[in-house]
Amino acid sequence: MPRDARWYQIAVLATLLACGVGALSFGVTPLSFGLVLTVALCTQYLGNTWARTRFDPRSTLISVLALCTLLRADDPLWLALAAFLAIASKFVLRVRGKHVFNPANFALAVLLYAVSPHVWVSASQWGHAPMPAIVLAACGILVVTRARRVGVTLVFLAAYAAVHALRAVLLDEPAAIPLHALQSGAVVVFAFFMISDPKTTPDHPLARALFAVWVAALGGFVQLWLYQPNGLFYALFLVSLATPWLDSLFRAARYQWPGQAPRPEEDPRAPHAPPDALPHALPFGRKRPGFLRPLRRQG
Amino acid sequence: MLIRDQNRTVVTMTSDYDGDAKAFALVVPVPALLERKQINVATTDLVDRLDEYSAPRVVEFQDPDPCHPDAAREEPAGGVKAVGVKVEASYEVGEYDIVILSAKESDGLIGWLKQNGYKLPKAAGPVLNSYIKRKLHFFVAKVNAERKAQTGTPYLRPLQMAFESARFDLPIRLGTVNAKGPQDLYVFALTRTGRVEAANYRNVKLASDVPVPEYVKGELAPFYKAMVDRQVKKDDGSAVYLEYAWDTSWCDPCAAEPLTASELKRLGVFWLGDGGEKAGRLGSTYLTRLHVRYDAKSFPEDLLFQVTADTNSFQSRFLIRHPFKGEMSCDAARGYRDAVGKRLIDEAKSVASLTGLDEAEVRRKMNLKTPAGKDGKGDASWMDNLWKD
Repeated sequence: MPRDARWYQIAVLATLLACGVGALSFGVTPLSFGLVLTVALCTQYLGNTWARTRFDPRSTLISVLALCTLLRADDPLWLALAAFLAIASKFVLRVRGKHVFNPANFALAVLLYAVSPHVWVSASQWGHAPMPAIVLAACGILVVTRARRVGVTLVFLAAYAAVHALRAVLLDEPAAIPLHALQSGAVVVFAFFMISDPKTTPDHPLARALFAVWVAALGGFVQLWLYQPNGLFYALFLVSLATPWLDSLFRAARYQWPGQAPRPEEDPRAPHAPPDALPHALPFGRKRPGFLRPLRRQG
Repeated sequence: MLIRDQNRTVVTMTSDYDGDAKAFALVVPVPALLERKQINVATTDLVDRLDEYSAPRVVEFQDPDPCHPDAAREEPAGGVKAVGVKVEASYEVGEYDIVILSAKESDGLIGWLKQNGYKLPKAAGPVLNSYIKRKLHFFVAKVNAERKAQTGTPYLRPLQMAFESARFDLPIRLGTVNAKGPQDLYVFALTRTGRVEAANYRNVKLASDVPVPEYVKGELAPFYKAMVDRQVKKDDGSAVYLEYAWDTSWCDPCAAEPLTASELKRLGVFWLGDGGEKAGRLGSTYLTRLHVRYDAKSFPEDLLFQVTADTNSFQSRFLIRHPFKGEMSCDAARGYRDAVGKRLIDEAKSVASLTGLDEAEVRRKMNLKTPAGKDGKGDASWMDNLWKD
């Protein structure tokens, strides 16, 4: 089993995307995929050069796959813009050396808000029948990561289910309605590949739990009370703004991808230095103590 | 029929009903207390026009004479108390008597409806209840026999309503309550920007550009129905089917003449003529035709839609190539006959796989001989569908 669970994530997302394109008419063409991949990798490379960090395509691949799985557009150029925004946000939007937004979610939220209906998310395109298999595959991540740092996924799913249940109780709706709404492919990708991002969620477990509950509550509210189907993406975007504050409130060690802890020559820039690995989504096993880096705080 | 731009919606409803028109009644939850000016009756012909023009179609091609290949041509074909119920408003619109109700609880609403001569099954209670809790109003229509006689048409004309709502949906749950089995619903959505899709169910494009044998032209409706039946079964009854998605200004081939701007305006396309056309593509009108076969089990939630800017054209159409039947006296003729023979077999196979019909039955309709097995010992086609459902 590879040490870096991102490989597992890449495999799961790539399989989902391949099944989606092959069997469920996802509307992703080789051209649009190639475009997103190229733009994302180029942006990553330029960003690494600019920040003088090592180029690592793994997190970029996850962003690319998540974007291609979820985002649809009337023109592939919007997808290219999404790829650029996603990766660029990692380098530019940073607080105390930590990027604020999950890259793919940042691009989704910004574009869905700004240029709708040119972009959209076909959240139910997986249908409901294959959901158990997809959830199972996604749950594999929990095994690979030895169930550490996945609290955020589980807390989110529980809270999000609770919001739907609450709505059903308030409206006297049958249980079939929240159950149907929860079996959405987009919710699974969101829970296992976006909100779980160890690089952009708060460092402290308690703060992460709060974070997950807020996203679920806000996302559920936007979806069920304001009737905006993309509530979750907006919610993660907004709640991410509170991450630096949560990090300063609850101190804990910063997350590093395994084997990518800063080498001394790469880590001289103290409080504002970007970590070398640029990352994205993934619950992953806690690093070995030798790699722990104390939370850097400003001032 | 749904016409949507931003949060503005115009809904046109037309329904098939069993029985006497006098017994016909319609209860639709609506997001606001509708005023008289928000309600209208359309003419039946407009809806029929939209239906015909977006219906599945065949495209016919005539094979050229293989000896004179230039002569190709394409030929397009064609007992309780009514507690807590408030009558917010009542209107006479065309042949309909319409009331807009608000209610505090479903028993009261069902009671009111009963007292006023509407039959509603008891099972509708819980569904109505959840709409009441969402603070929706109820648009209730029934037919006034006298005024219906004045309309001079045997049909009920479609009812239209216009309102603003953030939620772009179609309340189908009431429809599942008293239905005998799954119901077919066609949604015609007109937008300024592009295709409309279901946001909470899977969207599937129906088969298109499939070569089919000549006989399908005369049997398009049963062929199409069999194909939808098979597809619905394959998707476990829980998908929404795209049948047509096209800019209304043109079609290829046209199953019927496209609607004129004035017809679209009469249907409720409110942005025509407001200067929106100047914005280039966004000014045009784009039609999406969705086919939903729903029942309470597979469609527990009301249909929720989203508008996209996808303007790729799509239509469910079937290709018929007529073989050249004239006199052929050249070397190319033999090759051509062989190719046509293979083509006909492929067409039979594709019809059989699309509709689930027995391939031998399809061949019979095509007047095609059932082939002998490869070893010459007999017909091996009985094995082809042995393991298919």
